[in-house]
Amino acid sequence: MVLNQFLILGAAIFAMGVYGLLVRRNIVLILLSVELMLTAVNINLVAFESYLVTPEAIGQVFAIFVITVAAAEVGIGLAIVLMIFRNRKSANVDDLSLMRW
Amino acid sequence: MVNAFYNLAIVAAEEGEHAEVHAGDGGFFGDTAGIMLILPFVAFLLILAFGKRMKNKGGEIAVAALAINLVWASALLYLNATEGVLTDFTFEIANIGSGMVVELGWVLDGLSILMLFLVNFVGLLVFIYALGYMHGDRRVDWFFAAFSLFAGAMLILVAAPNLVQLIIGWEGVGLASYFLIGFYWEDLANVKAGNKAFMVNKLADVGLILGAILVGVALGTWDFGAIDLAAFEGNTELAAVASVGGLLLFIGAMGKSAQFPFHIWLPDAMAGPTPVSALMHAATMVTAGIYLMARLFPLYEYMASDVRTTMIVIGTITLFGVGLLAIVADDIKKVLAYSTVSQLGYMMTALAAGGYTAGLFHLFTHAAFKALLFLCAGSVIHAVHSNNMSDMGGIRKYMPTTFWTWMIGSLALAGIIPFAGFWSKDEILATLSHEGYTTVLWIAIAGAFVTAFYMARATFLTFFGTYKGHGEPHESPRIMTVPLVLLAIPSVLFGILNIPGVSLGNLNNFTVWLGNRVVAMGDHHAEAINWGLAIIGMVAALLGILLGYVLYFRDAETQLERDSFEIPVLFPLLRKKYYIDDLALGIVALFMGPLAKFANWTNTFVFDSVPNAIGGSAKALGGFVYGILDQKGVDGVFNGVSAATDGAGSAVRKWQTGRVQQYAAAFVAGALILVVLFVFVI
Amino acid sequence: MTFADWISQPVNWAFIVIGGAVLIAGFRVVTAKNVVHAALYLVGALAGTAGLFLLLSAEFVAWVLVLVYIGAVVVLFLFGIMITRAPTGLDEGLDADHKVLPAILAAGVFLMMAWATIDAFGTALVVSTGSPTSTELIGESLLGRFVIPFEVVSFVLLAALIGGITIARRDLTPAEEEERAAV
Repeated sequence: MVLNQFLILGAAIFAMGVYGLLVRRNIVLILLSVELMLTAVNINLVAFESYLVTPEAIGQVFAIFVITVAAAEVGIGLAIVLMIFRNRKSANVDDLSLMRW
Repeated sequence: MVNAFYNLAIVAAEEGEHAEVHAGDGGFFGDTAGIMLILPFVAFLLILAFGKRMKNKGGEIAVAALAINLVWASALLYLNATEGVLTDFTFEIANIGSGMVVELGWVLDGLSILMLFLVNFVGLLVFIYALGYMHGDRRVDWFFAAFSLFAGAMLILVAAPNLVQLIIGWEGVGLASYFLIGFYWEDLANVKAGNKAFMVNKLADVGLILGAILVGVALGTWDFGAIDLAAFEGNTELAAVASVGGLLLFIGAMGKSAQFPFHIWLPDAMAGPTPVSALMHAATMVTAGIYLMARLFPLYEYMASDVRTTMIVIGTITLFGVGLLAIVADDIKKVLAYSTVSQLGYMMTALAAGGYTAGLFHLFTHAAFKALLFLCAGSVIHAVHSNNMSDMGGIRKYMPTTFWTWMIGSLALAGIIPFAGFWSKDEILATLSHEGYTTVLWIAIAGAFVTAFYMARATFLTFFGTYKGHGEPHESPRIMTVPLVLLAIPSVLFGILNIPGVSLGNLNNFTVWLGNRVVAMGDHHAEAINWGLAIIGMVAALLGILLGYVLYFRDAETQLERDSFEIPVLFPLLRKKYYIDDLALGIVALFMGPLAKFANWTNTFVFDSVPNAIGGSAKALGGFVYGILDQKGVDGVFNGVSAATDGAGSAVRKWQTGRVQQYAAAFVAGALILVVLFVFVI
Repeated sequence: MTFADWISQPVNWAFIVIGGAVLIAGFRVVTAKNVVHAALYLVGALAGTAGLFLLLSAEFVAWVLVLVYIGAVVVLFLFGIMITRAPTGLDEGLDADHKVLPAILAAGVFLMMAWATIDAFGTALVVSTGSPTSTELIGESLLGRFVIPFEVVSFVLLAALIGGITIARRDLTPAEEEERAAV
């Protein structure tokens, strides 16, 4: 297996996540796209680990940290979404344009 | 990689017992047996993707998958019969360290090949039947998808080479069962039945998982071949946990195989469509517990013998106590459900008494005739549009094929010669007698009487008398009656497979087929049938039929009048199902109130106090920063600067549209430009 | 290593199947018209990623991914969808109107990264999996060299827990405030 096949796959998924982040209107779907990007990062990390084969499995440990932090971030993110929904009765990001001129 | 254990198959036969081991590898079919495990899942995905557009809503795909599977299963069955198959294939999916690994794959030995054949054979016929039964119903594509999922999970379970894969399959069939029982979820009662089934099973699964952990950690592996060998050789680490682990695993089996007191979910599970009841809750899923006990038979035989006492007691209570419940049921499917639980009690009792072949032979024959009975019931229900026997009567005239196949199934269940049930039940009685369990033997014979009685009641109430409903029920279409006939044939003929002292030439017989595993189980297999015991059993059954005839054969104004026989204290108790359901609900309700109050208290005073404290201190800090630092110190400087920035700002601030995604787009674009600059240009 | 060599290894067939599934699932996450379907396609993408990790013999990370991501994060997402009353059927207004610029940006990101990695690594091979990374090894690593990040991450989780509760708490109405004060 070639290293690049995993890296390019990761790049493709990251790009899809970026597209989703910029295009989707529902906040939850934006968070979903962020999760896609983090998954792509994980693929890269584990692929690099298989390439370098460090004695302490550094890439995999890093990937585990990324997963953990992503879980924490989703928790907070959805709590924020909940508050937004309570206040504005809408989960549409276009309705959240308060911080403007 | 072929597990090394399968080269060391041991013949564990005692004096006068008959056991052989042939470690063939099953040729082409053995090597590619994994296809049987994958096809149903492929069918699941295909049905979800394309089912809606197909003429039979994906049923064709489900039937095709099982038909292909049946080719493999039949070939393996034949190979096992003639030359013996004993092989496996595993691949590792997780390495835990210190030599413990988690593997998936399949094992092919006498027991698993028989189960694979059974699941595929009965499954295929039920699927074909379901094509007709579910035609025109709602969500038929999801029905066949969930049904295929079930078939796949069940195959994974029976072909499992170790406890981990067995648990995966176990949970899979539980999930599919939940989907299918609650198939008509528009009706709340069906949803509740599905929940009940799932939760009772989950409760028992605690035992299963704990038992699996105990045995696995003690021995260092979950592989069945290793456990069998360790049990046979008296491995000390395993011996230390064998009793507790064996008991826990038995509790797990109790849940899935509806032994008392975990039987409460099975009658409610009849809320699902009849093909589901026929396949899952009669022939395959409920036999998973029996299968587990059979798989670990060496463990119970050589190490955890004290658990067998518990097993026999529970098996006997189930066999007789739950069998009685069928006498008062009005819903024809409930009669069959209670009957199934009772027969599962027979199987468990047989296994606990040391009758490896007896219990499994009964599982085999029971699958055929119980599925047949359920499908016949479904045929009648389809024609009459009601489950209750009080709406039936005289169906014999309108649905002859259904009637005759039902008769064959009932006679097989009652244990009348020469139908299959006679041979398997007699084998169980012979085992009980040979191992010296006299009390249990008499209870089992009494159970045969009860079985014949309630089947006679069901038959006479449904098929005899006159039909009092409106219109005329008509026979089911061929797509439904052909599987009935095809299932009736094994109900008659399966007995041949295991007549004591008879071997089918090149094909040997059922005992030899089953015995082919790592620790080959010898079994008491008499050289000739014990006619005394057989006649006693048949007399009990005939008495039951006779009593049923006397009480229920006559005609009357209404069906309810025909069903008017009553024993004062017993029948009301039976109607309330011994109050066990109420007991279970009461226990749950007892805990729910205090538990909810405790959770609320914890939430209010423990969890909230931390954010409260943090919020309070944050507030104080904020007050300081605002009052002193900000108002007095910082503002003075900025007031002067702000006038200048105001003018510049009003031009630039048009960029701030407030739309987060535009900010993000700008961010990405900027990052992209910077990266390209740094990587490629500079 | 030529393409013919590459395609002749069975591992790469598995990679093609699983990688294709991940790509399709990822694509459907960002283009599905139904919110719940998008979340479920994410499950597919994550499951495929777990499969890729198994190919790379990173078994523990694969199962952690399945457990934490699919088992908890996606469930949380589904709760979030339910709580924010997202329309659970087809929803036409789910995407913004101007999709061209984001598509160009995404394509740009992909091309930049792909070009950079091809330029840097060429056809470097992943080390063929001699023995899979055992859980024991990762455990020793987490509590050995990476013990400090490990503890810090647990603080992050604690902060997320407290923060989540604080943010999402329902503000008490004046009547309830009084009742709480009187207790």
